[in-house]
Amino acid sequence: MTASQIIFYILAAFILGTAILSVTTTKIFRSAIWLLFSLIGIAGLYFWLEVEFIAAVQIVVYVGGIVVLIIFSIFLTQQSGKEMLRPSMMRAITSALAVLFGFAFTYFLIYKNDFKAGDKSFDWSVSKIGNQMLATGENGYALPFEVVSILLLAAMVGCIVIAIKTPVAEKQDTIDIK
Amino acid sequence: MTDIPISHFLFVSTALFFIGMYGLFTRRNMITMLMSIELILNSVNINFVVFNKYLYPDKLDGIFFTIFIITIAAAEAAVAIAIIINLYRSHRSIDVETAEEMKY
Amino acid sequence: MNYASYIALIPLLPLAGFLLLGIFGRRYLKNSSGIIGTGLLLVSAVLSLYTAYNYFFVDGKVGDSYQTITAFKFTWLSFSENISIDMGIILDPISVMMLVVVTFVSLMVHVFSLGYMKGEERFPTYYAFLGLFTFSMLGLVVSSNLFQIYMFWELVGVSSYLLIGYYYDKPAAVTASKKAFIVTRFADLGFLVGILILAFYGETLDFKTLIENLTSQQSSQFLAITTASFVGISALTWGLTLVFIGGAGKSAMFPLHIWLPDAMEGPTPVSALIHAATMVVAGVYLVARLFPLFIITPVSLSIVTVVGVVSAFLAAIIACTQTDIKRVLAYSTMSQIGYMMFALGVSGYNGENGLGYTASMFHLFTHAFFKSLLFLGAGVVIHFIHSNEMKDMGGLRKYLPITNLSFLVACLAIAGIPPFAGFFSKEEILLAAYNSNKIVYGVALFTSGLTAFYMFRLYFSIFWNKQTEVHNHHGEGPFSMKLPLVILAILSVLAGFIPFGEYVSSDKTALQSHFDPMFSIAPVAFGVIGILLAMWMYKKESLKAEKISQSFGGLYKAAYKKFYIDEIYLFITQKIIFNLIGRPAAWIDKNIVDGLMNGVANTTASVSGFIKGIQSGKVQSYAIYFFGGIVALAVVFLYLWK
Repeated sequence: MTASQIIFYILAAFILGTAILSVTTTKIFRSAIWLLFSLIGIAGLYFWLEVEFIAAVQIVVYVGGIVVLIIFSIFLTQQSGKEMLRPSMMRAITSALAVLFGFAFTYFLIYKNDFKAGDKSFDWSVSKIGNQMLATGENGYALPFEVVSILLLAAMVGCIVIAIKTPVAEKQDTIDIK
Repeated sequence: MTDIPISHFLFVSTALFFIGMYGLFTRRNMITMLMSIELILNSVNINFVVFNKYLYPDKLDGIFFTIFIITIAAAEAAVAIAIIINLYRSHRSIDVETAEEMKY
Repeated sequence: MNYASYIALIPLLPLAGFLLLGIFGRRYLKNSSGIIGTGLLLVSAVLSLYTAYNYFFVDGKVGDSYQTITAFKFTWLSFSENISIDMGIILDPISVMMLVVVTFVSLMVHVFSLGYMKGEERFPTYYAFLGLFTFSMLGLVVSSNLFQIYMFWELVGVSSYLLIGYYYDKPAAVTASKKAFIVTRFADLGFLVGILILAFYGETLDFKTLIENLTSQQSSQFLAITTASFVGISALTWGLTLVFIGGAGKSAMFPLHIWLPDAMEGPTPVSALIHAATMVVAGVYLVARLFPLFIITPVSLSIVTVVGVVSAFLAAIIACTQTDIKRVLAYSTMSQIGYMMFALGVSGYNGENGLGYTASMFHLFTHAFFKSLLFLGAGVVIHFIHSNEMKDMGGLRKYLPITNLSFLVACLAIAGIPPFAGFFSKEEILLAAYNSNKIVYGVALFTSGLTAFYMFRLYFSIFWNKQTEVHNHHGEGPFSMKLPLVILAILSVLAGFIPFGEYVSSDKTALQSHFDPMFSIAPVAFGVIGILLAMWMYKKESLKAEKISQSFGGLYKAAYKKFYIDEIYLFITQKIIFNLIGRPAAWIDKNIVDGLMNGVANTTASVSGFIKGIQSGKVQSYAIYFFGGIVALAVVFLYLWK
């Protein structure tokens, strides 16, 4: 049992443990923080897998962007210290059983399968990623790159449109639908 | 690094995926549902990187997929927050069971 | 002689009257509907007389016997190669005679109703129904096919229902019409089963072929029907007895007579037409039509005799006690039809033995005239006094002279006094009875005395006895009401002199009628005694009648209550049939059959309610279902799909 194996197992346990805590805790702010830890754990896993670039992207975008966004929205919409509602026992048990069944089924398929490992070594560099990203020939990712940038633009515009406050005169109509 | 079999990596990612599913089914809060979706997306990312590294080491496609998924996840989280804020304005609550306009 | 050219018009003209007056009468033809109905029927009557003239006097006779002519026939429904329902018109002595009787009496009733029903709100409807009835009865008498006669039989029942219940705002009339229809319908159940038996074994429904098949001793059908038996009685006897039950219901024979007295709730001209002359003789006509078959089954024939005699006797006793004049006439009709029935019952076939058959038909012919005359006369009296009860009447001879005279003629005819019509026909019946069964003869003789008694009791109570004060100033009635009385009275006198045996007999050859004065003494004597007794009791106002009725005590009371037969029927239907059969059947229908349907509906509704709940609007539930579906599909495709 080499050290890297031990480190892998610790990282795996950390990721899964914090994920479970994230989905089961009753305080919303704590749930966001456990999510933060889980994402950091995944970044750590990428570091362990020697794909540092992805790890960096993960930390910058996911941890630094999305989780912060989530925490802002928690502050905007409710008291963060308040206890959340628990799901009904029936719902919890049914979901747990369904999920366990799904997990067992999927892992059974994976276990049965024989993955043929590749034999070359995995070498990458940021310049290679950059070149291939903007390449237009075979194996080039220029088109998805452009599409994703348009998607980001659309998402930005869409968020503004959805979240914009309606003018004061019409606001009287949007009273509680409940 | 090569002496951990691939199935162990896949165990991690599958377990993470189903933990995210459990959160999606169980949580009553819209924001926590969003968090569970992020967990699912991350599990898929791990899968891509692992397959790329261990099964197709001469290509870089898995990494690209991962980059794009992270990008799109960011955009989607932003749109989801916008929707949640809109719903909060009309329902005064972020409990997902109050948004039942699709009822029969 | 081509009968087919005009014979179909005879029933169809009244049908046209029914359709015309039924559809357009209320709106457009209110005042002229009586004239239209009567006019159409006048043409029909003239055509019938012309047919009779042609058939009897010109060319109906081939050799010695009258031929059965099929004027036309077409196949309506064909069940198999032999059995089919044909519509056809058959002409033989009895059907031609009935054509004349029905159209003539109907014409008299139409004319009488012009005056009697004047001012009635639903005048056109009345004439429409009369037209429908006449059409049905005429169709019945010329039917060539056993099923066709059944169809017209039911049509006659419907028309009778419509006419009895004409005053539909009177609950008594509605009840009476329902009773008539239900009792006759119940009897027709037997009729239908009888038809089916005869058709099955006889392998045909046509009268001519049926009689040929079943009377020739060598035919296969005869063998089949006499060997097949149920509870030891041959199928032929069963078939004919069941057919007779149908006839007994329509002819108000005991014990299916309960509808006839109640049917007097209808307008009086209707009683004259239906319940005196035409519909009630349908049963007698049916037996006469199937007479060759009845002859070869002595059991059925004796049933006919017994039922006829019992009805005649019973009705005569009840008629002696009734106080409603129309009820007296109703029971009198039942009694006289009983005479016709047992005359057929004691008859034989061929030549001299067939005297009963001829006598029965002769009595049918004469009875039609004097009974309808009696009813029409009663109609005039009721129209004048506005009451049906004898206690409100008396001394009316001063106000109603023509009615007085014609009523007297009719009573003398029915009592069997020579030279009126009833004497000849009744004497022939008694002769036929004497020749075959002395007991029947004795009962019939006594009954004829009773007949004379109760008829003259009626006559004297209305026109003599006490003097009633009459306050209204309208007279006897318009000319349209007096004319039929006069015509029918003349016929009641003259009809007896027709040598009926020449024309109508069981085997269609001429029958010589002997007029034996010695034999006639007994019936005439009984008749005269009856008249004198009635005269002594009722001509002058006195208490003799009451004293005698009290001396009879319980017997009088039983006869007055019509021997409690109605109460027995009511008991059987209400206590037994309703409680033991009706109520459980209704319970089963409501709780089990309906319950099953309701259960299915409720289950469907609750299942759908449950399924509806799946659309709860909760996104998480949708996510769970989605995931569940994916897993299920994955399992199916990976493991179960071969």
